[in-house]
Amino acid sequence: MKNPITIHTPITKEICEALRTGDRVLLNGSIITGRDTAHKRLFNLLAEGKDFPIKIEGETIFYAAPTPPGPGRIIGSIGPTTSYRMDAFAPELMRAGLRGMIGKGKRSDEVKAAIMKYKAVYFGAMGGIAALMSSCITKAEVIAYEDLGPEAIMRLEIKDFPLIVINDTKGGDLYDDAVSRNTRVR
Amino acid sequence: MDTIREIPTTLITDMVKNLFIKASSDLGEDVLSAVRRAAESEHEELARYALDKIIENAQIAKETTLPLCQDTGLAVVFVEIGQDVHVTGGDFNEAVQEGVRRAYTEGFLRKSVCDPITRANTGDNTPAIIHTEIVPGDKIHIIAMPKGGGSENMSSSVMLLPSSGLEGIKNHIVQMVQQAGPNPCPPVIVGVGIGGSIEKSALLAKKALARPVGEPNRFDARLSELEGETLTEINKLGIGPQGYGGTTTALAVHVEMMPCHIASLPVTVNIQCHVARHKEATI
Repeated sequence: MKNPITIHTPITKEICEALRTGDRVLLNGSIITGRDTAHKRLFNLLAEGKDFPIKIEGETIFYAAPTPPGPGRIIGSIGPTTSYRMDAFAPELMRAGLRGMIGKGKRSDEVKAAIMKYKAVYFGAMGGIAALMSSCITKAEVIAYEDLGPEAIMRLEIKDFPLIVINDTKGGDLYDDAVSRNTRVR
Repeated sequence: MDTIREIPTTLITDMVKNLFIKASSDLGEDVLSAVRRAAESEHEELARYALDKIIENAQIAKETTLPLCQDTGLAVVFVEIGQDVHVTGGDFNEAVQEGVRRAYTEGFLRKSVCDPITRANTGDNTPAIIHTEIVPGDKIHIIAMPKGGGSENMSSSVMLLPSSGLEGIKNHIVQMVQQAGPNPCPPVIVGVGIGGSIEKSALLAKKALARPVGEPNRFDARLSELEGETLTEINKLGIGPQGYGGTTTALAVHVEMMPCHIASLPVTVNIQCHVARHKEATI
């Protein structure tokens, strides 16, 4: 297995173009969280031509809602939710400048096409290892939609956050590759 | 006349609370040993890496009491109430709900329950889904099962044709897991309910997930055979841990069955992620 590539945010078009499906990445810097209801709200604002409560240009969004922090903790457990539920909103957000998405599970053809068109990237984070991933978060604060509770938009500072490139700018798809590699007649 | 045993609601509340808190950070040995076995047999590096991370996460969660997964689930509670029990000091259902409420607030678990239309969070992870069954005896047995949403979303109930037979059922289960792909956080445990009515098949499938992972159906050899064969087929799909490829797409298939109407063949496939949490206790 190749060593992971260390990347710092903001993720640029150039970084996205250099990444390939299957690359393991350690992401550092600053990202935001957002999932179902936050996406719907942002999407509605776009449709109405209104400003976002947050900056989306050059941003990387993590489809996640953590557990609340216990005493003395920065954050509780955190990990990805399934990404397809954000598929209807993702292409428009990429058009508005969203550069990176972190989640788990398959994306739609529309999302994959938008990743190629706008030079973005979809990273997979492992699901169900949220206690381990919590240690990669060095700072966390709610920046929008506090009323959504765990679904609020947060800004996270992350250190060596372990990811893998699922969909790249060339149309690669890790999940498709995995199945074809493992079902080939040996 | 049989004597009646009194059980106060406070005991029920405490037990429910403790079971959910424990379930969220203490992965059962049944899951862990299944993951360890899978890690030894995987030929793909990335698959082994993913399985190792699952084991490492379980160790961290146990030491820190941080939840294994940020999705601490919808609280599903199976309760067997002995018919010689008299619950005292309040409303039984409210006692269970209060246990869930306290577990999720005092245990720093995520509140993941909301209004289906407005999506407004209920704030304390209630209401829990409570399934009660009256059984002989003077005890109360409780199974706490926090159920994640991602794997639940990949589940469904269908009415197959009665002529489908075992082969048709098997194909349907494999197809469901194939369609789900990486979405439900494989390696998964597949709970299957065959027969009954539409709602009973779903309940059988859910209850099948409460079985220790990998324990075959003990009552019907046809079903334990179906479990083994289906698992083999699923693990040929190539999906692997997290969908990164490999031979560990599922850790187990658990099937429960009961008779059904001559016109019907209800089948529910309820998928559970690898964070298969279930804790039980008896009062």
